[in-house]
Amino acid sequence: MSKYLLDKFLYTVDRDPELVERYREDPRGTVRWWEAERANVIVNLPEMERSTWLKFTDAEREALANHDYVKLFELGAHHFLTLTLFIALFERDYDEPLAFQKEFASKLSHWSLPYPDIST
Amino acid sequence: MAQVVAVIASTHHPFYYRASTSTGDDRPPFADEWVAKIERFRETLTRANPDVLVMVGSDHFHQFWLDNMPQFLIGKAPFYDANYYNEEREFGLPRMFLKGQEDLSAYLLREGMDAGFDLAFSNELRIDHSITCPLITLRPQADLPIVPVYTNIFAPPLPRPGRFVQLGKTIRQLVESWPGDARVAIIGTGHLSLELGGPRQFGPHGPDPEFDRKAVEWIASGDLESALAEVSLDSLWLPGNATHGFMDFMLMMGVAGENAKADYTDSLDLFHTMEAYFTWYPRGGAGREELA
Repeated sequence: MSKYLLDKFLYTVDRDPELVERYREDPRGTVRWWEAERANVIVNLPEMERSTWLKFTDAEREALANHDYVKLFELGAHHFLTLTLFIALFERDYDEPLAFQKEFASKLSHWSLPYPDIST
Repeated sequence: MAQVVAVIASTHHPFYYRASTSTGDDRPPFADEWVAKIERFRETLTRANPDVLVMVGSDHFHQFWLDNMPQFLIGKAPFYDANYYNEEREFGLPRMFLKGQEDLSAYLLREGMDAGFDLAFSNELRIDHSITCPLITLRPQADLPIVPVYTNIFAPPLPRPGRFVQLGKTIRQLVESWPGDARVAIIGTGHLSLELGGPRQFGPHGPDPEFDRKAVEWIASGDLESALAEVSLDSLWLPGNATHGFMDFMLMMGVAGENAKADYTDSLDLFHTMEAYFTWYPRGGAGREELA
């Protein structure tokens, strides 16, 4: 389980307008590229000082590749990061204000406390 | 010594800016009431006539990340750029530029460490909506120098609620021992019950109105004893998965002081989360006299 890496994907995509669009249009390709090229780049270090050990589990990779925010919640991805990025990805496809956010909630309605642990 | 002329605690609702500036069909039905409440709240800061603002908030995974996460941090810089692309994208927040009160930052860092808080610092800090939202509501001209104080209410493991209260008490003591005669307002924002990215988000009210009712009572009456008895890192998951932001309210209760009754209290029941506004005028402060 690499919750940290899931969160790192959500964080680094969310802060980059081009990556947000790329992930919307080609989620599987973006996840494949990101895991190969970006997963081990430490945010505040030059690229040559990268880590060597970070990779997704199969379940994590699939959840990201399928835009599956219900599964990301289950896996313990940070709820704030998931919500913020997925609003950026999909809110535009809904006519009514907050319709996407409400659908997001309803798709998680089978959950009650305690929620999955988000500790990293 | 410096004088604390106002202590202000508030929710920070990133939708306020867009709601208050929208017109015609885009203007939500609750906007006028919300603006009226904010304008009354703003007056409580204006009448205190501060020179400097100490601003307590929390970075929302903008500059600080899980590879290097400070628990408590003070900005020490002459200037601060503010707001981020994803806040512009989601909330329509404008980019802002703020002056820093660097000598007070240095004082709080040095004295804070000597008082038992090993504070992190940043000489190049980009501020996010936890601090710009209260500026937009309370001081939209954003003309006063600030000292940003960031807390971690977001990325476990978090400091416990009692530590937030202690830091608030310490900040109050340190500001009041800062040499000079500056008039300082201490402003902090947090949340009442709040759910983000979970099944209870974006409902017709906050996710736990009963918690909100109790929380408003604790804050308005300065009832730190009850708040500390009932609130823990574990208990804060129950009202909503982002309710740990309530610890910034508890920090501000520490600033205001044990059993300090707020001189001004207001709230607004909105969709998604309740808004709440509190102002204290410390004894002898000019704001209190002018309120009377």
